[in-house]
Amino acid sequence: MNLLDILIAIPFIGFAAVMLLPKSNPGAAKMFALVVSLAVFLGSLALIGPVIASKGDFQFVTDVSWIQAPGLLAGEGIKYHTGMDGISLWLVLLSTFLTPIAMLISWKSVTDRPKEFFAFLLLLEFGLIGVFVALDLFLFYVFWEICLVPMYFLIGIWGHDRRIYAAVKFFLYTMAGSVLMLVAILYLNFKTGSFDYPVILNLLSSGKVPLTHLEQLLLFLAFFFAFAIKVPLFPLHTWLPDAHVEAPTAGSVMLASVMLKMGTYGLVRFCLPLFPNASRENAGWIAALAIVGIIYGALVALVQPNMKKLVAYSSVSHLGFVVLGVFSFTQMGLDGAVYQMLNHGISTGALFILVGFLYERRHSLEISAYGGVATAAPWLATVFLITTLASIGLPTLNNFVGEFLVLQGVAEVNFQWTVFAAVGVILSACYMLWMYQRAFFGRMPGQAAVASHSHSQGPAGHTHAHGEDAHSHSHDHPHDHDHGHKHDHEHHHEDEHGHWHMPDLSLREWAAILPLLVLMVWMGMGSQSFLPSIGVATARTLQQNKSSIEYQVKIPAVIPQQAAPVAEAVNAR
Amino acid sequence: MHQLWLIPVFPLAGFAINGLIGRKSSKNVVNAIAVGSVLLSFLWVLKALSAMGLWGAGMPEEAHVERYFTWIQSGNLNIGFDLAVDRLSAVMLLVVTGIGLLIHIYATGYMAHEGGYYRFFAYLNLFMFFMLILVLAANYLILFIGWEGVGLCSYLLIGFYFDKKFAGDAGKKAFIVNRVGDFGYSLAMFLLVINFGSLDFGKVFEAAKAMPVDQGAGIFTAICLLFFVGAAGKSAQIPLYVWLPDAMAGPTPVSALIHAATMVTAGIYMIARSSALFVHAPIAMDVVAIVGLATAVMSATIGLVQNDIKKVYAYSTVSQLGYMFLALGSGAFAAGMFHVVTHAFFKALLFLGAGSVIHAVGGEQDLRKMGGLRTKIPITFLTIICAALAISGVPFTSGAASKDEILVAAYHHAPWMYWVGVVTAGMTAFYVFRSVFMAFFGKYRGSAHPHESPLVMTGPLMILAVLSLAGGFIPLPHFLEPMFPKLAEEAPEKWLEYTAVASGLIGISLAYLFYVASPKLADAASKNFNGLHKLLYHKYYVDEAYDATVVEPIVQGSRSVLWKGFDSGLIDGTVNGIGYRAMNIGGALRRLQSGNIRSYAGWVVLGSIAVILAMGLTGSIR
Repeated sequence: MNLLDILIAIPFIGFAAVMLLPKSNPGAAKMFALVVSLAVFLGSLALIGPVIASKGDFQFVTDVSWIQAPGLLAGEGIKYHTGMDGISLWLVLLSTFLTPIAMLISWKSVTDRPKEFFAFLLLLEFGLIGVFVALDLFLFYVFWEICLVPMYFLIGIWGHDRRIYAAVKFFLYTMAGSVLMLVAILYLNFKTGSFDYPVILNLLSSGKVPLTHLEQLLLFLAFFFAFAIKVPLFPLHTWLPDAHVEAPTAGSVMLASVMLKMGTYGLVRFCLPLFPNASRENAGWIAALAIVGIIYGALVALVQPNMKKLVAYSSVSHLGFVVLGVFSFTQMGLDGAVYQMLNHGISTGALFILVGFLYERRHSLEISAYGGVATAAPWLATVFLITTLASIGLPTLNNFVGEFLVLQGVAEVNFQWTVFAAVGVILSACYMLWMYQRAFFGRMPGQAAVASHSHSQGPAGHTHAHGEDAHSHSHDHPHDHDHGHKHDHEHHHEDEHGHWHMPDLSLREWAAILPLLVLMVWMGMGSQSFLPSIGVATARTLQQNKSSIEYQVKIPAVIPQQAAPVAEAVNAR
Repeated sequence: MHQLWLIPVFPLAGFAINGLIGRKSSKNVVNAIAVGSVLLSFLWVLKALSAMGLWGAGMPEEAHVERYFTWIQSGNLNIGFDLAVDRLSAVMLLVVTGIGLLIHIYATGYMAHEGGYYRFFAYLNLFMFFMLILVLAANYLILFIGWEGVGLCSYLLIGFYFDKKFAGDAGKKAFIVNRVGDFGYSLAMFLLVINFGSLDFGKVFEAAKAMPVDQGAGIFTAICLLFFVGAAGKSAQIPLYVWLPDAMAGPTPVSALIHAATMVTAGIYMIARSSALFVHAPIAMDVVAIVGLATAVMSATIGLVQNDIKKVYAYSTVSQLGYMFLALGSGAFAAGMFHVVTHAFFKALLFLGAGSVIHAVGGEQDLRKMGGLRTKIPITFLTIICAALAISGVPFTSGAASKDEILVAAYHHAPWMYWVGVVTAGMTAFYVFRSVFMAFFGKYRGSAHPHESPLVMTGPLMILAVLSLAGGFIPLPHFLEPMFPKLAEEAPEKWLEYTAVASGLIGISLAYLFYVASPKLADAASKNFNGLHKLLYHKYYVDEAYDATVVEPIVQGSRSVLWKGFDSGLIDGTVNGIGYRAMNIGGALRRLQSGNIRSYAGWVVLGSIAVILAMGLTGSIR
C-alpha cells in the first residue's frame, strides 16, 4: 500500500460510508463527504514531490495480480497495476482539487437527496483518479466505466428538464466508444498474452509481437474512437452541449474539467506509444478534425442563447487545441496539450461554477434574462471577467501558455494548421466578450424577458426545499419561493433606475472560486511549477512514439535553407 | 541592476489597492494611490535613466537587460521574464510615465463628479502597468503581455459607462479588432521561433544583423508583414482602424492617454523596435509606408466634416499615426519615433483641452452647439491653440520639427508620397482649426453656462502647451539614430520644408475663411458637394460594409447553417435516428420473447435451417 493506493481507496470507502449514513441528517453526510474529499486533496499534494523528482518513470507503482482466469484470459490475467508520471500527476491533482469545490458549490443548490449526490461525487473522484493512474489496460477500462455511472446519475437525477434524454445520450455515446476499446483491449490480450500496459508496450515496440499494418490501424482506431468521443472531437461532440445544459452545476464542472480529459489523456498515454505508425499516418485528418472543431465550436458558441451551451461549445473549441497539440508529435505541442488540459479544467470549471452562481440567483441560463449584473454584483462580475479573460487566452493567465505552446509546436510541423487554429483565438474573444457584455453590461432586461424565463424549471431539487435550507433562502437562495412569489420578489429588487439587486458573492462562493482564480494567475505566470514535470513525461511519450517507427517524420520545409545555420547558432540560449 | 521591475509594479500595486478597497475609500485616498503610484513610477524611471547616464555621459547604445525568471520553457524554447532599457525604450518610458502622470492628475478633476471613480483609476493604473511592461519587454512574448494587456484596459475603459450599450459595443469592437491584429502578431512570433529559435530581442536582432541584407527575404517579409498586421490593429491603420473612432465612448482622459498619446503608438514602437528585421524586407517596408499614407489621407478627409469634437481628434489621431507609419516605411525610424513623442504632447493636449471644453459646456460634444468659448474659458483656449499650431506644422512648434522630418524622408523614399503627405498636412491644419474656430469663435450656440476648469485640469494643459510648442527642440532624432539602421545621407533641400509649412498655413487660412470670416461658405460648400459630404460624414460607410460582409454572415451562418442546420439537424438527427432505429428493432425483438414455447421452438428450427444453409453456402460442410 503506497500513498496512491490509499488515495484511491479513501473516496471509495467514503462513498460507501456516505451511502450508509442515515438519511435523516443530510448536513452530516455533506460535511463528511467534504472532509473526505479535502483529506484526499491534501494527501494528493504529497504525490507532487516524488513525481517531480523522478526522471519520467512511473512513481507510486503498485503491481499485484487481481483476476486470474487461465482458461479464459491469456497469460497472467488482469492485474491491479497503477503508477503515475508527470502527466497523470497533474490530472489526478485536478480531480482531487475540484471535487471539494464541486461539493462546496452544491452545498445549498442541491436539496433533493443531497446525501446520494455527495456520495456520487466521491465515487466519481474514485473513478477519475483510477483512470489517470491505471497501468493495466483492463483496469483502465474498469475505471473508465466506473466514471460513467456516477455522472449518469448526477445528470439523470439532479439534472434539469431534459435530464433523462441528456443522460441516456451521454451514456450511449460513451458506451459506443468504450465497447470498441474493450474489443481492442481483448485483442491485444489475445496477441500479447497480457493486459499490462508496460509489458504490451515493450512487446509491441521491440517487435517481439509484430502487428500488421491493418491490425495496428484497426486497434488504433478502436482506441481513438473511444477517446475522441470523450474529448469530444468534432463531429462526435453533440452529447456534450446536452449533457452540460442538463447537468447540475457540479456535474458540469466535473464533466468539463476532468472527464473530458480522460479522452485526451488516453490519446497521449495509449494511442501515441502503442500505435506509433498508425497515429502518425492518421495525424492528417485528425488534425483537420481538431482544427474544424476549434473554429466550428467557436462559431456555434457565438450564437448560443444559453450560457451553458455556449461554454460547452467553447469546450469543443478548446479541446481541439489539445488534440491538435497531441498530434503535432512535437515536444512543445505535447507539453502545451497536457498543460491545456489542466488550463481548460481550471478556467472552464470556473466558468461553469460562475454560470451556476448566476443560475442560483435568477433561475435562467438564457443570456437574454440577464443584463447589468456588473452594477448589481460587482465582485461576481469581476471574477467572471477574470475567468473570461483566462478562457480567451490573455497572457499572464493560464490558457495563454498552453495555447501558445500548442500553436508553436504545431507551427513547426505545419504552419497552415497554426494559421487556421489561431483563428479560433480571435473567435474566442468574440463569443466570450459578447456573452459578457450581454449578461453583465447594460441594464436589466425588461419585464417580458423576466416573465418568459421565470417558468424555466430549476434543478429537480429546488422546488423540494426542505430541512435547513428552508430557513436560509433570503440571501443567496431566493429560489426557494414558489414561482408565484418569485415574480413579486424580483419586482421588489428593481429600483427606479432600472437596475436590480442581486446578492454578490457569498463567503462560501468565494471559497469555491478563489482557489481557481489563484491557479489561473499561477499557471499563467508560474508555468515552471508545472511544465518541467510534464515535459519529462511527454518527452518519454514522444520517445516511445518514435521508437518503433520505421520511417523518419518528414518536417515540411518551412525553414528556408539559408536561415537554418543562424537558427542553430541562436538556439543555444 | 536598476530594479526595472519596480517601474511597472508601482501602478500594479495602485491597481490592486484601489481595486480592492477603493469602493469604500474616499476620493482623496483613491487619488493619492492612483496618482502617487504613477508618480513613483515616473521618479523611478528618472532615477534609473540618470544612473544609466541619460543626462551626463549619454546612454550606452546597448540595452541594459535584467532577467528575472523563466516564464515558459519547453523543448528548445526558453522564454524569460526579462525587462530591458535602451534609448528607444527610454524615450517611451519618459513619455508614458510623464504624460501618464499629467493625465492622471487631470483626471482627478475631470472625473470628480462621475460614478465608479475608484474603478476608473484602478483601470487607469492597470493600463500603466501593462503599457510599461510593453515598453520594458526584452522579448516579443513579454511585449505581447503588455500588448494584450493594454488592449484589455482599453476595452475596460472604453466600456467604462457600461450601462450604455454603445460603450459596451465600442469596447468589444476595440478588443476584437485588436485580436485580429494580435493574430498576425502571434503568427509572426511563431515564424521567429521556427527560424531563430528565440523571441529574445537581442538574439533575434543579432542574428538578423549578421545576415546579408538580401538573404531570407521571403521569410523576413512574411514575419514583418505579420507584425505589421499586429501594428495595424493596435495603431489603428487600414483596414483595422475602425475601432479607434468608436473608442471615444470612453471618458476623455482615457482618449488622451490611451487612444492618443501612448497605447496607439505601441504599433509604431514595436515596428521601430523590429527595425533590424524590417530592413531585410523592403516589400514589407513599402507596404507599411503605403498603408500609413493611405490611412493618413483617408482619415484626414473624414476628419474634415465631423461635428463631434472628440471624433475630429480621433480621426486626426488615426491620420497622424499614418504619418508615423509613413516614416517607418520610408526607413526614417527615428523620425517616426520623434513624431510619436511630439504627437503625444499635442494630441494629449487636444484631447484634454476638448475634455475641458466638454466639462465647461456640461457634457456637450457637438461643435455646432459650442462657439464663442474663447472668452469664457481662456486658459483652455490658449492651450488648445498651442496644440493646434503644433499639429498644423507651424514653424518652431514641436509638430513642425517631427512632421518635416517625416515628409523629407518620404520625399527621398518616393516623391509622390511627399506630395500626398503635404496635401494631408493641409487638411490636418484645416480640420483642427475648424474645430477650434467652431468651438471658440463666433457666438455661443449652446444652453449651458461655460466655466473654466479647475487648476488640476488646466495645470496639465499648460505644461503640455509648453511641450507642444518647445518639444521640437529636444534632440531626439540624434539621440535615437544609433538605434536604427542608417539612412542614406541626402542633401537637405529647404524647399521641402517650406512647402509643407505653406500647406499647413493654407489649411489654417481656409478654416478661418470658412468658419470665422464667412461661415456661409461652409454651408454652401457642404450643399454643393452633398454626395461627397455625406460619404465623408458617414466615414465611407466602412463600418456598414464590415457589418454586411463580415459580422452578419458569420453570425447568421453560424446560427442557421452550423448550429441549427449541421449540429442539431445533421449530426444530432443522425444520432437520434440511430437511437430510434435501435428502439424499433428492440420493439420488434421484444415480440419474439412471447413466452410461447411453441413459437420459440419454431424459431429454433428456423434458426437451425438458416445456420445450416449458411454453412453450406460458405462451404463448411463437405
